Amino acid sequence: MNLFPELRKSFIASLWFMFLTFPIMVIRVNTIENIVEWRWMNLVFVGIGSFFLSWLWRYLLSRKEMGVNKKTDDQDRTSLVSRLMKNKQLIIPAAALLAIFTIIFPHIFSTYQTSIMITALIYVMLGLGLNIVVGLAGLLDLGYVAFYAVGAYAYGLLNYHFGLGFWTALPVGAALGALFGILLGFPVLRLRGDYLAIVTLGFGEIIRLILENWNEFSFGPSGIANIPRPSFFGMDLSIQWATVYIYYIVIGICCITIVIVGRLQDSRIGRAWIALREDEIACQAMGIDKARTKLNAFALGATWAGMAGVVFAAKTTFINPASFTIWESIIILCIVVLGGMGSVVGVVSGALVLILLPEYLRAFSEYRLLIFGAILIFMMVFRPGGIVSDVRRVYRFESSAMDDKPQEYS
Amino acid sequence: MKAVLEVKGLSKDFGGLRALNGLDLDVGEGEIVALIGPNGAGKTTFFNCITGMYEPTEGDIFISPTGNGNVKERLQGLKPNQVTAKGLARTFQNIRLFQNMTVLENVMIGRHCRTKAGIARAIFRFASQRREEREIVKKSFEIVEKLGLKQYVNEFAKNLPYGAQRRLEIARAMATQPFLLLLDEPAAGMNPHETDELDELIRKIRKDEGISILLIEHDMKLVMSLSDRIYVLDYGQKIAQGTPKEIKNNPVVIKAYLGEEIDA
Repeated sequence: MNLFPELRKSFIASLWFMFLTFPIMVIRVNTIENIVEWRWMNLVFVGIGSFFLSWLWRYLLSRKEMGVNKKTDDQDRTSLVSRLMKNKQLIIPAAALLAIFTIIFPHIFSTYQTSIMITALIYVMLGLGLNIVVGLAGLLDLGYVAFYAVGAYAYGLLNYHFGLGFWTALPVGAALGALFGILLGFPVLRLRGDYLAIVTLGFGEIIRLILENWNEFSFGPSGIANIPRPSFFGMDLSIQWATVYIYYIVIGICCITIVIVGRLQDSRIGRAWIALREDEIACQAMGIDKARTKLNAFALGATWAGMAGVVFAAKTTFINPASFTIWESIIILCIVVLGGMGSVVGVVSGALVLILLPEYLRAFSEYRLLIFGAILIFMMVFRPGGIVSDVRRVYRFESSAMDDKPQEYS
Repeated sequence: MKAVLEVKGLSKDFGGLRALNGLDLDVGEGEIVALIGPNGAGKTTFFNCITGMYEPTEGDIFISPTGNGNVKERLQGLKPNQVTAKGLARTFQNIRLFQNMTVLENVMIGRHCRTKAGIARAIFRFASQRREEREIVKKSFEIVEKLGLKQYVNEFAKNLPYGAQRRLEIARAMATQPFLLLLDEPAAGMNPHETDELDELIRKIRKDEGISILLIEHDMKLVMSLSDRIYVLDYGQKIAQGTPKEIKNNPVVIKAYLGEEIDA
């Protein structure tokens, strides 16, 4: 790297930053004494800080470019996670450790920690569901939270009116989610990309506005309170034990979700979704029913959201429309994109990082969202494929003998 | 000879523009038929009408699949995927592969319309689904091997050299088990060596699989050596048809391609 021009670039960047932040960092109007304070020291800090940060930024960028040029080096780095996952000797003990950790987690940590973990796991379910729609089928859905709301309200209302329990509400919520997925799917069959995003965004808002304004149906903004937690074989548990119980339920559902999504991905339907994402016209020409494949994706994606909604209602015991804003949709989309589109491991880690990080960053109080945003930007610049990018299954053939069973080593 | 594809009076209007005008065409069993004509003559429009991408304004399209006696079926009004299920597979002029899928997966997609495992089967992995899945992999691999793509089998489609991408498009179409293959400019952008290979490949497909072929092509050398019969299109009209020899000496065709001679 040539030193002098780099220094000059950083210098210009820092000047620019000093100019931009001048009004907010330097000038302060003291309204009590009616004088203007000039905090010149801040300007110096901004200058020095942005100088080094811009240098670091470009240094990392150039390192990334060099990595791309050195192909072998790059491959080694990007596939580190997938190579680790291939290593059987490593993966089995690691998986065992992880399993033990997840099982004893609620017993070694406080109820508060367990509760945070439940939230994160609910988002794992949501992420995996949206992954089907966005990651695999390539349909940008910004109204995903609507299905989450459908699930939550399904449990809330069915319990309020008919006294339905958690375990009955779970499949009902899932089915209603799927139904709404198909309802949304029909009008948007012809749409793609930006247009689809706008329509789904509208759909999400419609559901939220209905819940907010149709008082007779959904009790409006005041929401539904006193939703029972899942009972343990007819026994009502204390809050602490109910949390532990929900934790295990969510872990169970998550495991099932992971298995099912993994299997779907690696099936005829899953391949059709990916083909749909890659090229819609070629996909039809290859004999894939576009309409049916899209509806499948919407319905299955929404099913998980419906289930997650039921779990959410049972966990918080109170739901109102404020929990189902567009912001939630964005977070879930971030989980999928940041984790790695189409990759199950990626989405799981994405959900854990994105939900747990803001919680544990609470120590930084008002700066936590700033740090959070910075991490997002860094991720997208330096790892655009996500934490764990999608790895295609590799088929190996020992010889050209046709009776050979294909062996899988990925 | 029995005709596997019969097109009668096919017309297609785009607003006020008549892209195809009363076209008659047929492809016999095991025949290689070429469709040629200057740019904008309506060749690709014709393909799109047949494969259900466009709905024809007028005319009839009949198929009678190989090995199905003399039963004629109408093809209009079917969606592209239904047309493919009937046994017509196509490739595209501008390559349309599934870029981020491997070569084998691309071919496996072609098996989609010949298999039927649904969501429930995919989730529960019944024995029937596993058997079907093995079958898909096996068949796809056979096709990959046949088209000389074995060395790329686990490569992403986007990383393939150009000629191999063209071949992969044909492989993918073959996986749908067609009786008629519609190739839209398969030799576009190929060097002479690759074109020769393609020539061989198309002959092999006809010979080994008994698939009839309808191709659009600008490379006259390939067209003349390969086709049994040629149709020439200009401004949506058929201006000539016949064997390569007849076409080569047809004054109307020469005029369409080279323009009219001006008398001094």
